[in-house]
Amino acid sequence: MSVLEFSALVGVGSLLAGFLGALTGLGGGVVVVPMLALLFHVDIRYAIGASLVSVIATSSGAAAAYVREGYSNIRIGMFLETATTVGAIAGAAIALHVSGSAIAIVFGVVLLYSAFLSSRDRVEHGEHLPPTKLANQLRLNGSYPTDEGMQSYNVRGVPAGYGLMFGAGVLSGLLGIGSGAVKVLAMDQAMKIPFKVSTTTSNFMIGVTAAASAGLYLARGYIAPGVAMPVMLGVLAGSLIGARVLVKARVKVLRYVFALVIVVLGIEMIFNGVTGRL
Amino acid sequence: MTTRSWNDLRIEVIIGGLLRTGVMLAASVVMFGAVMYFAHHGHDVATYGAFRGESESLTRVSGIVRGALHLDGSAIIQLGLLILIATPVARVAFSAVAFAIERDYLYVWITLFVLAVLLYSLLGSH
Repeated sequence: MSVLEFSALVGVGSLLAGFLGALTGLGGGVVVVPMLALLFHVDIRYAIGASLVSVIATSSGAAAAYVREGYSNIRIGMFLETATTVGAIAGAAIALHVSGSAIAIVFGVVLLYSAFLSSRDRVEHGEHLPPTKLANQLRLNGSYPTDEGMQSYNVRGVPAGYGLMFGAGVLSGLLGIGSGAVKVLAMDQAMKIPFKVSTTTSNFMIGVTAAASAGLYLARGYIAPGVAMPVMLGVLAGSLIGARVLVKARVKVLRYVFALVIVVLGIEMIFNGVTGRL
Repeated sequence: MTTRSWNDLRIEVIIGGLLRTGVMLAASVVMFGAVMYFAHHGHDVATYGAFRGESESLTRVSGIVRGALHLDGSAIIQLGLLILIATPVARVAFSAVAFAIERDYLYVWITLFVLAVLLYSLLGSH
């Protein structure tokens, strides 16, 4: 395959990945790596390097649209970034020392888990809980706009959420993904933060987390310009289009289809990892 | 409390604009690099099946800048990607200043810690 053909095909595939990722809220990164590795036979290290770059692009590109709504909480984001960035460096350091097959297997498991999470409906816990001492000290509690005016919320489970965020950072650095699913889980389940706040804050954090491992990836030659270029441009364009369409589209069916695709890719990644083909 | 959240929102809107500008600048540079890259290597065979790593001219900031000045397509693409990686770093740096203006010193320290981790990864890990 010539460079032109490769770039065009990878670009179109990445566009589709970014588009579906934005529509379903799962991000494009989760499908970019399996697409490159399984379909285009790109070495998994180049694949995760390119994916990581595209993750930064989508996170930063979407931020401008998100912040105007006033949902995200920069204190929660910044505090948790102390965990995700250190985790990301640890993850990237691990990635440098384990085989491609091992990375493929872990990637497959994460894909299956993301699909499982996305197939369940998120249940917002309704009651207003008292704040914890730690959340008060860190000034994490906040408020966000709703139809009935400003709604205040209190943050719970700070240590558990912090620990999960470290894990999200490790996965991000190891696999070149945004780990949005784990981040949202940490904020929804452990810290009891309202959805609108956790989703937008998570998007904000993804770019910073990815930037922490990108430096290491770049230094070790994981970021190949010929691979990263079509992936970054494709995913960015796809996610920007997806964000426009999002408001009008019925995403429920699409989410199930995408989840199914992710399951198939996850099994394929595990199979190829176990048999040593990746 | 209301003045504080108003300030927070204003800061976030500025940050959002900063990020968007950074991404669009990065994408433009990458696109320009792609044109140069295609012009010279468009008909080469794409070989990414085996990991070779990239040469120093494409993994170090100094090498990338030097290559980009010589209008080398690959180096220009890497320069665009460097700008992209730098946008969240700039966001964190800007947040530190914003927290300092708000006299929220706890968060100035938290933000500086995150900034130090990012700078270590970008500059200190070679």
